[in-house]
Amino acid sequence: MLRRLRTISLASVLVPAVVLAGGCSTMGNDDSTATDTPTDISSRPDEVGGKVVLVSHESFNLPKKLIADFESESGIDLVTRAAGDAGTLTAKLSLTAGNPTGDLAFGVDNTFASRPLDEGVFAAYEPTLPAGAEEFALEEGADRLTPIDVGHVCVNIDTAWFDKQSIEPPQTFADLADPAYQDLLVTPGASTSSTGMAFLLSTIAEYGDEWPDYWSSLLDNGALVVDGWEDAYFTDFTQGSAKGTRPIVVSYDSSPAFTVPKGSDESSTAALLDTCFRQIEYAGVLEGADNPAGAEAVIDWLLTDEVQAALPTSMYVFPVAEDVEVPADWAKFAVQPTEPLEVSPADIAANREQWLSEWTDIVTR
Amino acid sequence: MRRWSSLALLAAGPVLVVAVFFVLPVSGMVARGFWSDGALDLRGVVEVLSRPRVARVAWFTVWSSGVATAVAVLLGLPAAFVLHRLALPGRRAIRAALLVPFVLPTVVVGVAFRLLLSEGGPLRSLGLDGSPVAIVAGLVFFNVAVVIRAVGATWEGLDTRPAEAAAALGASPAQVWWTVTLPALRPAIVSAASIVFLFCATAFGIVLTLGGVRYATIETEIYLLTTTLFDLQAAAALSVLQLVVVVALLALAARLRAVPDATSSRTTARPRRIRRGDAPALAVTALVLALVAAPIATLVLGSFRSDGGWSLVNYRALSGVGSNDALLVPVTQALLTSLRTAVDATWMALLMGMAVAVLVTRRSQSRGERRVRDVLDGFFMLPLGVSAVTLGFGFLITLDRPPVDFRDSALLVPIAQALVALPLVVRTLVPVLAGIDDRQRQAAASLGASPWRALRTVELPVVWKPLLAASGFAFAASLGEFGATSFLARDDNPTVPIVIFRLIGHPGELNFGMALAASVVLAATTAVVMLAVERLRVPSVGAF
Repeated sequence: MLRRLRTISLASVLVPAVVLAGGCSTMGNDDSTATDTPTDISSRPDEVGGKVVLVSHESFNLPKKLIADFESESGIDLVTRAAGDAGTLTAKLSLTAGNPTGDLAFGVDNTFASRPLDEGVFAAYEPTLPAGAEEFALEEGADRLTPIDVGHVCVNIDTAWFDKQSIEPPQTFADLADPAYQDLLVTPGASTSSTGMAFLLSTIAEYGDEWPDYWSSLLDNGALVVDGWEDAYFTDFTQGSAKGTRPIVVSYDSSPAFTVPKGSDESSTAALLDTCFRQIEYAGVLEGADNPAGAEAVIDWLLTDEVQAALPTSMYVFPVAEDVEVPADWAKFAVQPTEPLEVSPADIAANREQWLSEWTDIVTR
Repeated sequence: MRRWSSLALLAAGPVLVVAVFFVLPVSGMVARGFWSDGALDLRGVVEVLSRPRVARVAWFTVWSSGVATAVAVLLGLPAAFVLHRLALPGRRAIRAALLVPFVLPTVVVGVAFRLLLSEGGPLRSLGLDGSPVAIVAGLVFFNVAVVIRAVGATWEGLDTRPAEAAAALGASPAQVWWTVTLPALRPAIVSAASIVFLFCATAFGIVLTLGGVRYATIETEIYLLTTTLFDLQAAAALSVLQLVVVVALLALAARLRAVPDATSSRTTARPRRIRRGDAPALAVTALVLALVAAPIATLVLGSFRSDGGWSLVNYRALSGVGSNDALLVPVTQALLTSLRTAVDATWMALLMGMAVAVLVTRRSQSRGERRVRDVLDGFFMLPLGVSAVTLGFGFLITLDRPPVDFRDSALLVPIAQALVALPLVVRTLVPVLAGIDDRQRQAAASLGASPWRALRTVELPVVWKPLLAASGFAFAASLGEFGATSFLARDDNPTVPIVIFRLIGHPGELNFGMALAASVVLAATTAVVMLAVERLRVPSVGAF
């Protein structure tokens, strides 16, 4: 009896506490739900202002204050719907072409740009680009997609490890297949990771039709292919975790800015600048948007100095505007390649399936 | 006639929900793949299905899920016995802790497993990194709790007298097990096994992380085909193949589950003292605990590491937004969002689950009626067996105009999670409800009890504990759900698994440490909630 009483009292305290802590349910939480009902859209004014829905991938992130300032200046209520990776975003946009889930999209990159352009996802809009951004515009589709940021997938090395072992670090793609660097490379898979895909594309840009031979030699040299970037970097890379065994990893040009030991003024990793593949992210107004004028205003805003300057810290990418200053850490440790490797979006779209299946055959042989 | 109308009434709610939020989106996505240029292109579909790669992928899916299910059942049964029938000190805490894997984000568990198995890990000598064995171990890690909980809930309420009588008449423990206990548990075991199989067959992250790029399942293949290659036709063909496999499995499970007389008398037996003969069961339980504890211990230890030493830095950082504002909201706020969503998903799943469970267990008066109930039973299991990718994209293209304009609704996330949790609720309740002798209800009715009162006095006392087990399941499944949530969750209110995924996707020691710390907090929250739920009793009902 006593036991039962105790049981009841504990439960009666704990459970309501938990439920209350949760605010009971999402339903009482009307601040966000209320603005999302479709009826709001119909009440928008015809001029710039009103609600603008930005569809993006999960990495989209900008400082709250920046967004609040923009909203109060423009009268726009900016709602972001960010989910999935760049591939998911692109598939989503292509599937909802003509009846989009928002007014503009950010985050389609040059490896995925062809498909949504062909499907008629984007409406025409060409803003005035800041100085330096012209370099990143698409050859086909520049009238619809505006470059916003740029980053590079590069092979990274643990310079501290190579120093300690007194081994001359590798520099080029050819070095990675050299027996001197046997069992030292880890890369995410091209079929499972966009980073891995970019690495595959960089080898295709470098070796052309000979790329399958290069990959065979990489694998013969003990390259490890894992699922995702986080897996490669945090499990197998020597700088990612205490248990990592591989000092060469496929990552980004910005990664060295995040491996500066406390109290040191040197990064313990470096990117190999001859191995970099360029990834450019674009924004565009969606065909069939409820508020195209508002969407255009948001694209203009993404190109302003304030947003461009916030990109490195918020999204780990470089601005397209050349006059914008990057953070001190970045200026010092994140070196951008001057001649990155590129494959045209049309080529990628035409060959992606073929390349991936060939690559899978080689890797799982 | 009245029977049919009451059947229809009870079925209406859940059927409508599943029709709108499952059947419509999935069929919309499949139709998009099957129709190319306005014409039904079945030849293309057949071509896809005859690719050698598809056969390989399908076989690996069935093989890995089958093996993982068998292992989960073999390990789970002794553990269910020990944790639900024996007076093991601390068994409540262990039962709550065993649900923890259920909520851990696969991406974090994948990293934890690989930290153990990879070239630099303590278990490297086993050589399991990237092997099918690692995949199976990962699947068992996530699902063994399903067997323990679902079977344990039935076992706990099983009348011990038939077994005692058999033993008194000279049956050996093995004979008692094979002739008395196992037959009584069979429906619950088959139920649990079918759920585990479905979870394994649709597992996504864990297969990718532990199998490397070498192994693909139907689920990972659909993801690749839809998002990377945008080959909707092949994705649709695979979705249909997946559906066929699932339906075949459910039909098989229904056959295995059926027993001539499901009714069994129930008591709430007191847990008995541990005897020497329990040693093997205890040993298996210890093995299960070790399997579950090893990756979790890696996580916990990692969460306290910072700058090569021990500290609470990662935990303190949880109220912030990560290094360089990696997050839009602090993890603490995401935890509130997670709990709110889980509360919603739980009540939705319970409400629908109870209706469905009552519906399919009521005695049928004709063969046709029985068939309708059986089909409904299987129907509500389907959401578990179909690709989250197909469902997620289906939402976008079918729920986009009135009267079903839901794709931006905040309720979509809890509804999607409730659909995942629904089969867990149904499969936990059905074996118990089926065990109630219909004559009890008839007796109540003939004594003048209203149907409502009969439900309260006959069914509720028996169902109460399994109902708690089911709500715990639903809650945990919702807290940990990633696939559908990541597809639907919007950035201004992400759940904890989404936040963790985001943290671990960026370089920087603090981000990695925070991802581990956030996982530990999510796990601890779950364990506390489970413990509270386990202690919940209604006094008047408990007195029966």
